[in-house]
Amino acid sequence: MDNRTYETLETAWCPGCGNFGILSALKGALGSLDLDPHNVLLVGGIGQAAKTPQYFHANSFCGLHGRAVSPAVAAKIVNPKLTVIINSGDGDTYGEGGNHFIHNIRRNVNIAHFVHNNQLYALTKGQASPTTMQGMKTDVQVDGSSSIPFNPLSVALAAGAGFVARGFSGRPDHLAELMKSAIRYNGYALVDILQNCVTFNKLNTLTWYNSRVYELDQSHDTGDLNKAMALAMELDDRIPLGVLYEKQLPTYHENNKSLQDGQVLAGRRNDPALIAKFMREKV
Amino acid sequence: MYNLLVGGAAGQGVETTVAILERFLKQAGCGIFTMRDLMSRIRGGHNFARIRFGENAPKSHSLLLDGIIALNAETIGIHQDDLKPEGFILCDSSVQTDDPRAIMMDMANIAKTLGNVRAAGSVAAGAALKYFGIPVDAEHAAAVFEASLKAELVDVNVRAALAGHQAMAQKVDPAVGTFSDHMIVSGNEALTLGAMAAGIQFYSAYPMSPSTSILEFLSGKAVELGIVAEQAEDEIAAINMAIGASFAGARAMTGTSGGGFSLMVEALGLSGIAEIPLVVVDVQRPGPATGLPTRTEQADLKFVISAAQGEFPRMVIALRHHEDAYLQTIRAFDIAEKYQTPVILLSDQYLADATTTIPLQDPGLAKSSEKDDILTKGGYARYRYADTGISPRIIPGDNRGFAAADSDEHDEHGRIIEDATTRMRMMDKRMNKLEMLKSEIIEPDLLGEQNPEVLLIGWGSMYGPLDEAVRLMNLKGDKKYAALVFGDIWPLPHRLLEEMALGAEAVINVEQNYTGQLGSLVREVTGIKTSASVLKYDGRQLSGEEIAERVAKEGF
Ligand SMILES: Cc1ncc(C[n+]2csc(CCOP(=O)(O)OP(=O)(O)O)c2C)c(N)n1
Ligand SMILES: [Mg+2]
Repeated sequence: MDNRTYETLETAWCPGCGNFGILSALKGALGSLDLDPHNVLLVGGIGQAAKTPQYFHANSFCGLHGRAVSPAVAAKIVNPKLTVIINSGDGDTYGEGGNHFIHNIRRNVNIAHFVHNNQLYALTKGQASPTTMQGMKTDVQVDGSSSIPFNPLSVALAAGAGFVARGFSGRPDHLAELMKSAIRYNGYALVDILQNCVTFNKLNTLTWYNSRVYELDQSHDTGDLNKAMALAMELDDRIPLGVLYEKQLPTYHENNKSLQDGQVLAGRRNDPALIAKFMREKV
Repeated sequence: MYNLLVGGAAGQGVETTVAILERFLKQAGCGIFTMRDLMSRIRGGHNFARIRFGENAPKSHSLLLDGIIALNAETIGIHQDDLKPEGFILCDSSVQTDDPRAIMMDMANIAKTLGNVRAAGSVAAGAALKYFGIPVDAEHAAAVFEASLKAELVDVNVRAALAGHQAMAQKVDPAVGTFSDHMIVSGNEALTLGAMAAGIQFYSAYPMSPSTSILEFLSGKAVELGIVAEQAEDEIAAINMAIGASFAGARAMTGTSGGGFSLMVEALGLSGIAEIPLVVVDVQRPGPATGLPTRTEQADLKFVISAAQGEFPRMVIALRHHEDAYLQTIRAFDIAEKYQTPVILLSDQYLADATTTIPLQDPGLAKSSEKDDILTKGGYARYRYADTGISPRIIPGDNRGFAAADSDEHDEHGRIIEDATTRMRMMDKRMNKLEMLKSEIIEPDLLGEQNPEVLLIGWGSMYGPLDEAVRLMNLKGDKKYAALVFGDIWPLPHRLLEEMALGAEAVINVEQNYTGQLGSLVREVTGIKTSASVLKYDGRQLSGEEIAERVAKEGF
């Protein structure tokens, strides 16, 4: 597919922002998959990360803070021909949108969800997010964040997710491959992407991440849930990157009897004869 | 016209007995209106329904009773004061009462002998029908029970109904009309059938009384229709899902009650600024917070017309009666799509749960979406400035352009902007749709005298009670009374009201809330101040008699 159609427009990010690595990875991934941008829908919530859909020539939906997943899955439900991809922040996804995160894992609609995890709220200028490390000081968490950090990957695994991966904005080529696998995966696919924030996160810097991340190799069995869980918990000195877990599960579309055979609901009307029949049942 | 109350504890079968009675009555030709008063519990407490039936189609309930079917003693104590002197109380022989109007029947034992003690309600139904001269024969009875019971329960209930019919004597002349070919539907069912006819493809909701039966009805028919009815994880998800489905080109709706609507508010604004068609149903119940979960109120009007930060065009339609619920729901979808904006349907528990007889409706009324020429010289622009305010809408998958939605203020292509000029032009573009909507709105229905001296105003489900109130008051003959009942309520149609108010000596708002929300909205929009208010906020709908009495008490 023609790379140019996913050309980048001017962004609202700081120089050196991890979002650029993620953007280039997504560009690469979309460019190498054989997709017509008219059938691609990029969805975001609100935040710096969530502006990503604005920088592509494709269909875009930038909704409300915390509410990226709900419209994304619904769009996919009514039109399975669309490739639906969410790019949003850790605050958007795990904080404000936490309930949707959990329940859409369970719903298992075939979408790819890329979470730009800079471990804080960037757009609102650096407050703690659910993934902020304990002790990190911000203008609000003046004595350091005291809450236990939320672990998105172990939560996703526990909730039954079929595709769970971790990427890093500093390794865009590796990330692009993860994104491609997530987009190709038939079901809800989560890629939590570690991302440096040059302006607000002075703790989890590029150097901090670079000294910890390592790429999982062929020897990792992605079908082993216990191993995946152990890897998801590995977040201290060493942080694994790659697909932690992958398993094919029945998707929402496969489970829903109205959605067999690629039925597109968008633009469809109901048969008046059926409605007349429902009315006669009330006589 | 007769009025029969069926009461008992939750779990005693009040609802089944009522459904059976309704079917027999309609089969005989009666018009029916049944209102339900249910407690928010699964067992115990006191539930009842008033079935009003006769030669005409009643439009509301009435308090004065011709008969009571008491499935327990408590029902007698609570309702015997509403019973006419010549009325009857049908109860099981085991029930203790010294009311001389009681007819004791061995209902439980008859049912037990026939093989199932739970068929006692059918014995009572058969007996009551006989009292009113309504025939029950084996063949018809089978059809009635097949419609509402599991196959293995049909036979014993048919025999129970026949036994009850046999054991009772006919006391009054039957009052039957020509309604046997009508449907019996609840307000929520009428609304749902309307949504189906409108072409709904996606419904998402979180269960909340009294809106849940919409989700249930759609779920039951989803596979046959080939549509999706999704139980969302919360109301925020429900509305955002409906918006996403609509953005992708499916006709979509969400529904809830006031509590859930409160959670939906931010997304309502998203539908407004991103110009995504959306139908939202608020089936009102008394608030605030959890309030009275299974009772009725009309206290969300001012909330829904202004809900969400900022300003954007919206339309609010209050559903007045069952046929209206069907027709206005179809219209809501058409208007939401035409103006690319949210349309809110306001119903309430009274209408939602009440069942009535209405004719079969035309299933083919929905308008086909207008496909205007979406491309202009500069290529496609989702939010192209247009005199009407209505920009060319494209859905994802159309290779002529890209669909874009943004909750941030945006330019013609849907990209975030912050400059003052674009902001102004976009606001003006969107708000012009509100002006356009004003040409779309329908004036309120006028009931009663054409040139009234006393003009009552009401909205939504107050239609039926006001219709009855005006009729009762005009019977007195001392003054001329009329009522204007608003369906379209935002933007508020005010031409007819202003005309009628000029000739009337008094305008009185009749509403099921504490503050008189329509009264104050009318004052805000027209400057007309009502002379008096008839308000009720105990969770129980005003009846026609009550309204007439209260208006008289106010000195009109
Ligand atoms: C309902 C609501 N609450 C709060 C905000 C303010 N807000 C905008 S973005 C954001 C947090 C962004 O953090 P994250 O999702 O991690 O994205 P980032 O900017 O870090 O990429 C907040 C709190 C909002 N827009 N809407
Ligand atoms: Mg963040």
